[in-house]
Amino acid sequence: MTTKALLAGAFLLVLLIVVPLAIGASGREDLYYTLTSVALLSIISAGVWITFYIGRINIGQGAYALMGGYVSAILVTAYGVSFWLTLPLAGIFCAAASILIGLPILRLRGVYFAMVTLVLTEVVRLLALALPITNGAKGIVSIPQPGGISLFGVTLLPDFATLTNPRLAFYIVSVILMALCFAGLYRLKNSRIGQLCQSLQQNEELASSIGVNITYLRVLAYAISSFLGGVGGAMFAAISQSIYPSSFTVADSVNFMLNCFLGGLSYVFGPILGTFVLYFGWDVLFQTGEFQLLIFSAILIALMLLLPNGLLSLRFSSKAKGAGR
Amino acid sequence: MEQVIANGLYLGAQYALIALGLTLIFALMNVLNFAHGQMYVLGGFVTYAIYGQLGLPFPVALAAASITLGVVGALIEKFLFRPVVRRSEREESTMLLAAAVAFFLDAVILLAFGEKQRGVPKIVSGVFVSDGLIMPYDRMVVGIVALAMIAAFVLYMQYSKPGRAMRALAQDRVAAQLMGVKVDRYSMIGFALGALLAGAVGGLLVTITGVNSGIGGPISIKAFLMVMIGGAGVVGGAIAGGFILGMMESVGLTVLREYGDITYLVIFALLMVFLSIRPNGLMGKPWG
Repeated sequence: MTTKALLAGAFLLVLLIVVPLAIGASGREDLYYTLTSVALLSIISAGVWITFYIGRINIGQGAYALMGGYVSAILVTAYGVSFWLTLPLAGIFCAAASILIGLPILRLRGVYFAMVTLVLTEVVRLLALALPITNGAKGIVSIPQPGGISLFGVTLLPDFATLTNPRLAFYIVSVILMALCFAGLYRLKNSRIGQLCQSLQQNEELASSIGVNITYLRVLAYAISSFLGGVGGAMFAAISQSIYPSSFTVADSVNFMLNCFLGGLSYVFGPILGTFVLYFGWDVLFQTGEFQLLIFSAILIALMLLLPNGLLSLRFSSKAKGAGR
Repeated sequence: MEQVIANGLYLGAQYALIALGLTLIFALMNVLNFAHGQMYVLGGFVTYAIYGQLGLPFPVALAAASITLGVVGALIEKFLFRPVVRRSEREESTMLLAAAVAFFLDAVILLAFGEKQRGVPKIVSGVFVSDGLIMPYDRMVVGIVALAMIAAFVLYMQYSKPGRAMRALAQDRVAAQLMGVKVDRYSMIGFALGALLAGAVGGLLVTITGVNSGIGGPISIKAFLMVMIGGAGVVGGAIAGGFILGMMESVGLTVLREYGDITYLVIFALLMVFLSIRPNGLMGKPWG
């Protein structure tokens, strides 16, 4: 446990200090945006991972990311709420919405749940197009940069608009959010609730028969999942300073699921690795021009044929057989 | 009113055909075929190439589209899904594979046919006009062909030897194997048949709505909706789901016209209520 904590701490330090130094030395400022995206996408994917953990295939995470982005954007532009306050509010709004939606649909299993969540993504996009408050297809643009936070006259966070390098600031905020998210996820997985969730994954009827409140647990897991989706979406809206109905589509929802799959569903940190590999792979292939999607999908298919149980299964294959699942 | 019902029937016949292919693949292999919409698009483009560009007769083009997709489906099953189903620890892995196949087909279609919207000349010109009903003849032809194909499919599944084998397979894979059904072969035939249906609908509809490389995803979503309404893995459910969705779309577009483009929002809200009463659709089997 202590070595694991040390490793995680070292990894975080590398991300927060070594990576910015290296980027500063090499002058590749654009990498900040790429890495920030990876951090945020892995937060959103972590939500999908939780639903996998209770044995549900969630292809509706894009819906909550879009919802979170809109909640934050509307609160900031129309009501002048500080961005940092809208971040948790967006998450809570999504969690509340997911409880309402989840109560009926979480009774579905397997492909039924997968299909209904996929449709949900499309419906939220349609909703964003139809509602007056979301400004239709034009979206919400020129959202102001996040303001500062000061407590008793001490500046805790500077105003992002005054910074010379807001990209670095966004990068650091995103990495910290990611660290918080995955630390919480790790804690959750190894808690009593995590164990109970695993029992849902294996056999819901059996779990229910020995007194596990399965309805409560799966709604809770889905709410946490949507909370993460909302926070990630809100952060994305702040970085790009805009949000459109097409910001998160079905393809994004599928990608979040792919991130989890690729990293391996048995491992908490799978979503980080999966997101990193997929996002960077996609970026690197940009040079191949029109063949980008062809090569990318061919590699995905090949990966599935060679490693059907995820990337992390490669390294821990001997250990993971008994444990993990 | 007659107009709304006629439109609903016409839409429903095509939708049912799309849903049939998806539900067949699901019933046989427990695979949710994300690439179904892309297969539809590919069928549309093959028809466009043969009928629209080469100028061969439409039935030839339709047959070519169906056969192409059948072969593609068989190859995908044999070389991609079969090994992954055998080796993966979780059934859901096939979903990732299906999504990757969908991306792959998208890329192939984009490279081969470009991103433009393509249409072909009408197969039959003229419009049928009566008191309350206006219907172009080509739509009627397409609707009737679709209905005939549905009937042929149902008869094939009911009375032919492969059909019987596939129904046995869908009911209980192990038991079917014990009774001497060649599981691998009939899985492949089933997948090919599902893909063939998708291609055939694509080929039929290219004559009316045209086709472009971006509509694969939305078509898949509609197919999922229908399968959810009717219940996954059941032939009757897919047909019912297709006609119900077609009818709801037709009615919704008329009734909700003044509220803007919210038909699908309403359909989804209704679906949520419906699924909370019947989680497995009209006649689906429960999962797991």
